[in-house]
Amino acid sequence: MKLKGKVWKFGSDVDTDAIIPARYLTTTNPDELAKHCMEDADPDFPNKVKPGDIIVAEKNFGCGSSREHAPIAIKASGVSCVIAHSFARIFYRNAFNMGLPILECPDAVSVTETGDELEVNLDTGEIINLTKNKRFKAIPIPPFMQELIQAGGLIPYVMKNLGGDS
Amino acid sequence: MGMTITEKIITAHTDRENVKPGEIVECKIDLALANDITAPLSIETFEKSGATRVFDPAKIALVPDHFAPNKDIHSAIQCQMMREFAYKHNLELYFEIGRMGIEHALLPEQGLVLPGDVVIGADSHTCTYGALGAFSTGVGSTDLAAAWITGRIWFKVPGSLKFVYSGKLKPWVSGKDLILYTIGQIGVDGARYCAMEFTGETVEQLSMDDRFTMANMAIEAGAKNGIFVPDEITEEYVKARARRDYTLYDSDRDAEYEEVYEFDVSDLEPQVALPHLPENVNPVSEIPEIRIDQVVIGSCTNGRLSDLRVAAEVLKGKKVDRRVRCIIIPATQNIYKEALEEGLIETFIDAQAIVSTPTCGPCLGGHMGILAPGERAVATTNRNFKGRMGHPSSEVYLASPAVAAASAILGKIGSPEEL
Repeated sequence: MKLKGKVWKFGSDVDTDAIIPARYLTTTNPDELAKHCMEDADPDFPNKVKPGDIIVAEKNFGCGSSREHAPIAIKASGVSCVIAHSFARIFYRNAFNMGLPILECPDAVSVTETGDELEVNLDTGEIINLTKNKRFKAIPIPPFMQELIQAGGLIPYVMKNLGGDS
Repeated sequence: MGMTITEKIITAHTDRENVKPGEIVECKIDLALANDITAPLSIETFEKSGATRVFDPAKIALVPDHFAPNKDIHSAIQCQMMREFAYKHNLELYFEIGRMGIEHALLPEQGLVLPGDVVIGADSHTCTYGALGAFSTGVGSTDLAAAWITGRIWFKVPGSLKFVYSGKLKPWVSGKDLILYTIGQIGVDGARYCAMEFTGETVEQLSMDDRFTMANMAIEAGAKNGIFVPDEITEEYVKARARRDYTLYDSDRDAEYEEVYEFDVSDLEPQVALPHLPENVNPVSEIPEIRIDQVVIGSCTNGRLSDLRVAAEVLKGKKVDRRVRCIIIPATQNIYKEALEEGLIETFIDAQAIVSTPTCGPCLGGHMGILAPGERAVATTNRNFKGRMGHPSSEVYLASPAVAAASAILGKIGSPEEL
């Protein structure tokens, strides 16, 4: 699957309170959460993000709380993919479970800036910065995580292994 | 090749004879917990999955502690959803208001987490139970829902980092200062994906409360879990509470560590983490004059009885600065009651602090003490991210109960030595 989108670049240690502040966690509704996505990192982000846009960030993206509302808010805001130097571990799992594509690619992160256009091939991990005309290869997704994706996510995987019909 | 305590506990919960860092394993779990923010998502996922039964109604804990007592209609609906799920599935470990406490103080206090357990929680501070010699870690709501169905969860076995502390701590220096110092040394991703194993003569002397504080903040260095090898102090805490068998594990002498950090902490001062990351740590004496508006003493990090005792020792016979609001939150009903019996609550009220029923409230900017634009708080909590405790332009300074209480009196960040 190929994605193409405009980049919003963030720094290191973007925490889940910045992605979706706890004051909005009185709902699980994705559209409500999306209205406040990245608000404490960039108050204008919910207004300017367009469907298909890509978040690019430095190290340790998604550190802090275990709130799954964070990948839910990002996905519902229309962001198609997050590329970071590295991810915090709970966010990494949650993004997979929520079906938000995420890739680790330090080289792509270091040259990419806000406004660049990227093309991302989720199957091969190839990232092309069309603005800067550079190609990169993301760190491969671990085989077990690929199995989860192929099963359609964690819950279908679990139900299949239980012999359920979901 | 020997194994670390983390690797041994994980192995004991699989059908394997050993595990190595980096391997993906499926583990049986002893307890799965969630709170009023994370449980609603798990419940929605569980119900959509087509599953009809939870794996074991005695091993699922639901604690309404974040926005409870219900702060508004939306949070009341989330708590209602959790309550109805608990009743529907006959969950034994649902804690209604009156029995509720901050989850990571409550569950060990009630003997529900024991040494050798594997515990997962849809709350990042689930790593707290490593203080007991358990393997415990935070997960998202979907991972939790899957575990409700199967009683199992997959993990990548973490590599371990060993922290060796030596030296006798100076007065007013606590587990909070050790963990803040450690995070300051290695950074907020210094233990990403790893187990942090806390060892050495200094931590061998620490109380369980101080060990809970240290394990609690392992996540603030990006760790999967924090852990202590259980000893007599652990056993004394556990044997009065346990209602089932437990296993004490230790690390083999030839266990492999990705890194060993040795810290001589004999001269360590109380530490303060400046906004907006827990790694921005400085000794309290090096902090310039910073006026404050609020102090919060409580949370899953520092709301236990010994924390309240220290705060009372500092506040006794003094008054909170007239420009400061001091909010003290015993983490559980039992802690609240013991504090009352020991006269600590009276000390707080006489000092013109307020005392709240157990809640996570202000720590995550939920309720019970939200900061206005530009306001500053000294808090014994665990995170000082931008906007964590209120308006995005407010600031949180993380410190121990001793420093927080002293700062409340001084009206600025300072230590009990300055009183």
